[in-house]
Amino acid sequence: MRLAILVGVLAELAGVGLTATATWLVMRAAEHPPMHALTVAIVAVRTLALAKGALRYLERLTSHRAVLGEAVELRGRVYDDLVHRRHIPSGTALTRIVTNVDQHLDSRLRTTLPWTTAAVVGAVVAAASGFSPPLVIGLLITLALLPWLALRDPRDLTPLRAKLTEQTTELVHSKEELIAYGLFDEKLSAATATAKALSRKERTRDLTPLAIAVQFGVALLMLAQHEPAWLVMAAIATFEITVPLAALTKPAPEPTDEPEPPAIHEIPLLQGKTAIVGPSGAGKTTLLNAIAHRLEPSKGALADAHVFHTTVRTNVLLAKPGATQEELDRAAAITELDLDWDQVVGERGEEISGGQRQRLVLTRSVLANPDVLLLDEPTEGLDPEQADRVLGKVLDHSRGTALVVTHRTEQLALFDHVRHRRPVGHQDVGRVG
Amino acid sequence: MVDRRHLLALIPIPFLVLAQAELLASVLSGGTGFLLLCLVVGVRVLVWWLHRAWAHRAAERTRARLREAFLRSPGTKAGEVATLVTRGVHDVTPYVVGYLPMRVLAVVVPLAVMVRLAFADLTAALTILVTLPLIPVFGALVGAHTRERTARQWDALATLGGHFLDVVKGIGTLRTFGRAGAQSATVRELAARHRAETMSALRIAFLSAFVLELVATLSVALVAVPVGLRLLGGGVPLHTALLVLFLAPEAFLPLRAAGAQFHASAQGREVLAKVPEVVERAGVEPPDLSEAEIVLDSVSVRSLENFSLRIAPGERIALVGASGAGKSTVLGLLLGFVRPDSGRVLVGGVDLAEIDREKWLAALSWVPQRPTLVPANLSSGEQQRVALANAVARRHAGLFLLDEPTAHLDAETEALELKAMRDFTKGRTAVVVAHRPALLDEVDRVVTV
Repeated sequence: MRLAILVGVLAELAGVGLTATATWLVMRAAEHPPMHALTVAIVAVRTLALAKGALRYLERLTSHRAVLGEAVELRGRVYDDLVHRRHIPSGTALTRIVTNVDQHLDSRLRTTLPWTTAAVVGAVVAAASGFSPPLVIGLLITLALLPWLALRDPRDLTPLRAKLTEQTTELVHSKEELIAYGLFDEKLSAATATAKALSRKERTRDLTPLAIAVQFGVALLMLAQHEPAWLVMAAIATFEITVPLAALTKPAPEPTDEPEPPAIHEIPLLQGKTAIVGPSGAGKTTLLNAIAHRLEPSKGALADAHVFHTTVRTNVLLAKPGATQEELDRAAAITELDLDWDQVVGERGEEISGGQRQRLVLTRSVLANPDVLLLDEPTEGLDPEQADRVLGKVLDHSRGTALVVTHRTEQLALFDHVRHRRPVGHQDVGRVG
Repeated sequence: MVDRRHLLALIPIPFLVLAQAELLASVLSGGTGFLLLCLVVGVRVLVWWLHRAWAHRAAERTRARLREAFLRSPGTKAGEVATLVTRGVHDVTPYVVGYLPMRVLAVVVPLAVMVRLAFADLTAALTILVTLPLIPVFGALVGAHTRERTARQWDALATLGGHFLDVVKGIGTLRTFGRAGAQSATVRELAARHRAETMSALRIAFLSAFVLELVATLSVALVAVPVGLRLLGGGVPLHTALLVLFLAPEAFLPLRAAGAQFHASAQGREVLAKVPEVVERAGVEPPDLSEAEIVLDSVSVRSLENFSLRIAPGERIALVGASGAGKSTVLGLLLGFVRPDSGRVLVGGVDLAEIDREKWLAALSWVPQRPTLVPANLSSGEQQRVALANAVARRHAGLFLLDEPTAHLDAETEALELKAMRDFTKGRTAVVVAHRPALLDEVDRVVTV
C-alpha cells in the first residue's frame, strides 16, 4: 500500500510540476532572458511529461496489486472466523459477509488510496507555495470538509433491497400463476414502486460543483494577491486531484448479525431410524441443525447441503477425501446418481437438475457413512417412486441411527420411529411397522 | 432506456472553457478582465451544479426504468434477477453520470479548442490535430492486440473470484464433513492466484490508459516548449503563448476522463446489455370455450414427441403416465406457458399463439401442482385446498386445468378435489393430471401420455 501511495504521489506531482514548469517557462520567456536561462525548464517539462505517463501506469498497477494483496489476507481471515463461529450464519448473512468484504476492498482502492495520495500531494504543493493561505484553506475544504460531507452516514439500503428481493422472487417463481389469476400487473407495480424508492434512495451526495467552486475561487484569490502565475496554475492542477474526492461514495456495510437460533432442549433419542414429519414452519430443520450442532463433526450430519462449483467427483469426495473409485461407484449406485464424475455442476449446481443435485448430496452422505445420519428432505425433487426407493436403500446402508425430515407419508414405513412436530410445540412419538 | 436529458446542460461548457482560458491568459499577461474571469468561473460552477443535479436525476430515472424492465420480463432464475434489480442496476450510475457526459465533452471540447487555436497559433493547433487522433488509434491497436487474451483472462477471473463466495456459502457443508479447516489454505491460495491472474490482465488492460496519458502529457510538452521558444524570439505575444498553454491540456482532459469513466462504467454497460427486449403483441379474442374444440396437433416439445389430442367442448379428460412423460407439459401447452417446438395448439381452429394471453388465461381456471400464491405457513394440504377454492371461485372459466400433487393428499383435500371435479366441471371442459385412481372415475376419458 505504501508503494502504491508513493508512486501515486510521484505521478500526481509530475503532473502538477509539468503545469507549473510549463507556465514558468512561458512567463520567463516573455522577459526575453538569454536562452540558457530556460534550458533547465525545457528539460524538466519534457522529463515530467514522460514521467507522468509512466508513473500513472505504475500507480494503477501497484494500487491494484496492493488491494488484491489485502484481499488474500482479508478473505483468509474472514473465512477462518467463519470456521470457528459457534453458529453458522444463514445463507443471506453469508452472502452479505462476502459483499462487505468486496465493498471494503473496493473502497480501499477507490476511496482510501486516492484520498491519501491527494492529501500528500496537497501538503507538498502547500509547502512549495510557502503555505499560501487561500491555497491551504482551499485544500482543507476539498480534502477534509467535502469528503466528510459526502461520506457521512451512508444510507442503509438493506431493508429496501430485501423487500425488492422478496417481490422479485415472487414475480419469478409465481409468474404463471400470477398471470393466470390476473395478479401479475398488481404485483409488478408493487415491485416497481419498491424499485423506484430504492433508486431514489441510491442518490448520492455529489459535491463536485462545490469543489470546482473552491478550485477556481482559490485561483482567483491567488491572482488577486498577485501570486506568481506558475503557482496559480499549480494550485489549479492540484485541485484537479482533490475535486473527485467530493463525489466519493462508500456503501454502508450490510448488517450480518443474526439472532442466535432458538435453543432446543429436548433432543429426541438418537436410536434407530426416526422420521420427523410436520407442517412447514414447525421447526423441523431447526431441530436437525440443533442436533448436528451437538454432534462431533466427525459423527457427520447433513443439515446444510451446498453444491460447490466444481466437478461431481470433488463434490462427493468432500465427504471422504481418500475414497477409491470403487467406493464412489458403490455410493452412486445406492443413490442412483447418473452423472459423469468429471462433470462440473455449475454455480449453485445450476448445470444439473434439482433431482440430480439432491442425489449428489445424498451420495456424499452415503460415502461419509456417519454414526448419525441427518437428512433434511433428502428426496425433494425426485419423482415419488425413485424417492421412496432411494431413501430405502440409503437407510439400509446407514449404520443404524438416522434422523430424516420428510413430507412423504408413504416413506414412513421405512422408519422405526416417527416424530410429529407441531408449530405449537406439542410432540407425540409413535411407533410404526 | 437511458435518460440523456442531462447532456443538454453541457452545451455552455466548451464556450466557458474557451472564455476562461482567454481571460486567464489576459489577466496573467498583465491585461484586464479579472472581474469578467470571476463571472465566467461563477457561471462554470453554476453550469456544473445544474448538470450534476440533472445527471443524478437522470441516473435515478434510468435505474427505475431498468428495474421495471427486468421485473416485467424476469426470466426464470429468481436469484439472478433479484441480484440484478437490487444491486446490479445501481452500477449504471457511473455510466449515466460519468461516462456519457465525458463522451460528449471528449468530442466538443477538443473541437472548440482546435478552432480557437487555429486562429491564435496554427502550429499549436496542428500539433494537437496530429497528436489527438493518436489516442483512439493507439487505443484501438492495443485493444485489438489484447482483446482475446483479456477475454480469456476475465473468464478465469470470474471463476476464481466466485470461489470465495462459493466456499463461504458452503461453510456449513464443509464443517459438517470436517473439511472447513483444510479449505482455509485453499481460500488464501486461490485469492493469491486471483491476484496473479488479475495483475497479468491489468498490465494489458491499463496499456491503453498509459498511451492516453502519455500522448496527453507529451503533447503539452510539444506545444509548451516551442511556443515558449517562439515567445523568447518575439514570434508570439505572451497572451497567445499563455492561451496556447492553457488550451492544449483542455483538449485532452475530457478524453482522459472519458477513458477513466469507460473503465468505471464497465459493469453498468454489462447491465444495460442484459435489458430484455419487450415484445408486446395484442392477440385475438379467445373463442367461446363452451363450443370450441381444443386440439393438440402433433406437438413436440420437451419430452413430448408428435403428441396429438382432441378435446371436445365439455369433455373431461384425465392425463396419466410415468413421471417425466410430459403430463404437466401438456397443461403448460394448454395454458400457453409452454410453446411447442413443432406442431400447434388450436382452440376452435385458432392457433393459441395468436390468442391474447391475458384474455385466454382469464377464461381458464387452473390449480398448479405446487401452488405458490398461497400463504407459505400453511401445510401443503391446506395450500392445496386454498388453491382449489381459488380455482372454483372462477365461475366464468370455461376450461378447468388441475395438476394433482404427487404427494399424499389428506382425506379432506382429496374430498374437496373430488367435489370440484363433480360440480365445477359440469358444463366445462376439464383436463386433469391424475396421480390417484379416485379421480379417474370422474372423467369421461383417460389419456396415457
